[in-house]
Amino acid sequence: MTLHTINKTPAESGALKDCLSALSEGDALILIENAVYAAMPAYAELFTRLPGSVQGYLLDADAQARGLQDLNPDFRVIDYDGFVELSCRYQKVVSWF
Amino acid sequence: MIFSIVITGAPYSSQASDSALRYCQSLLNLGHSIHRVFFYADGVHSGSSLAAPPQDESNIPAQWAELAKNHELDLVVCIAAAVRRGIIDADEARRYEKSADNLAQPFALSGLGQLVEAGIVSDRIVTFGA
Repeated sequence: MTLHTINKTPAESGALKDCLSALSEGDALILIENAVYAAMPAYAELFTRLPGSVQGYLLDADAQARGLQDLNPDFRVIDYDGFVELSCRYQKVVSWF
Repeated sequence: MIFSIVITGAPYSSQASDSALRYCQSLLNLGHSIHRVFFYADGVHSGSSLAAPPQDESNIPAQWAELAKNHELDLVVCIAAAVRRGIIDADEARRYEKSADNLAQPFALSGLGQLVEAGIVSDRIVTFGA
């Protein structure tokens, strides 16, 4: 099982789309840096076909820094400690950028 | 757990080095260890001793040096990526007959073999991309 990190908005690069097509059952993804914009409700459609076992997370500090509120509730909001804990829980960390 | 970190984004043009710093601070606080931080591609600019950001902004090279001092971190800057971008230590300055060197302490120039070795020794490699 793999933790995928994404750091770009869907408009900036194909990182998120590439990641979504590479996800497997039981993986997780975490939106960091500019990728937190992908948790805006307007992008919710992107995530509707994910396997139910894939959990999404987003990094609170990056959402706060961008003044984002009322984000997609499917994403659990975590801090850097949570990011580190996820890195340990999954066997690999793959970064898409 | 033993972590190694790869950074490919330059400070002040990408968030990579800043994110990696916060991630490293967090994982050290949680009791994990860092085998190596590897600065690759534009990430080599984190090793410049000449960066002079405004005083009310974060000084990323200085923060790496401080973290390395406190936790005895191995900060490795990819030599091939660095010399072509003008990040050089005293040895390379002599080799290329340059008038100055600018690799900050305690960063070290070394090769990709250090990244391979980090992959073998570490439980996790986490990359912060540009």
